[in-house]
Amino acid sequence: MARALVRTPATARPGEVVEIRVLLQHPMETGFRPGADGRVLPRDIVTRVEAHFEGARVFAADLFPAIAANPYLAFPLRITGAGNLVVTFEGDNGFTHRETAAIRLA
Amino acid sequence: MTTRRALLAAGGLVLLVRPAWATPESLRKAIDTFAGGKDVRNGRVTLAIDTLVENGNAVPVSVSVQSPMTAADHVQRIAIFTPQNPLPEVVVFHLSPLNGRAQVSTRMRMATSQPVIALAQMNDGSVWRHSVDVVVTLAACLEGN
Repeated sequence: MARALVRTPATARPGEVVEIRVLLQHPMETGFRPGADGRVLPRDIVTRVEAHFEGARVFAADLFPAIAANPYLAFPLRITGAGNLVVTFEGDNGFTHRETAAIRLA
Repeated sequence: MTTRRALLAAGGLVLLVRPAWATPESLRKAIDTFAGGKDVRNGRVTLAIDTLVENGNAVPVSVSVQSPMTAADHVQRIAIFTPQNPLPEVVVFHLSPLNGRAQVSTRMRMATSQPVIALAQMNDGSVWRHSVDVVVTLAACLEGN
């Protein structure tokens, strides 16, 4: 099971723009690298990351093999109120993962 | 022709037949697809990346765009491209006025020393560009360890 971290500020004021940081444990195998037996390892990457805040999509990213292993993404978010930020990951071989982080007001 | 010249010629042919990285042609195609046929202009985008990188396996990279991020004027997409990785595309970020600011960060792989190109597409369709030449001392492993 994959592990993901979604880092939000402990508290935020309405109207403030904060940085959300996302880190996912994933090999991001490029599909260009030979393994120990000399054969090219099949591609296994995360292709899509989305963030929804209270139902509205606030961020999305399409990832390609050139993203480093254990992908890290940071994006800004304007705080409109308290709620849950849901980050979803989709990838090769049916990979899916979902992580929720709470946003609290100061 | 001497044997050595024949060998050199053969080597050149092998390189012509199968380029080990994305060709400028595929880079141009990828950028055209992203820009939707619009002209790509320099400015508004700032790509923050070290110009000398020790480890090409994880290169921190950050892109910011001058934009008020209002409903009338905001950044819709930010993309990173490289000419000499196996694929030209690195990442495409989708933003909206909900972000409040146009700045994104990630960590990328670099197969060799090369320029890194950041593009931003505004909601009016205009596309802006900033490119930085980066020297990589240890490339991301393409050929195993």
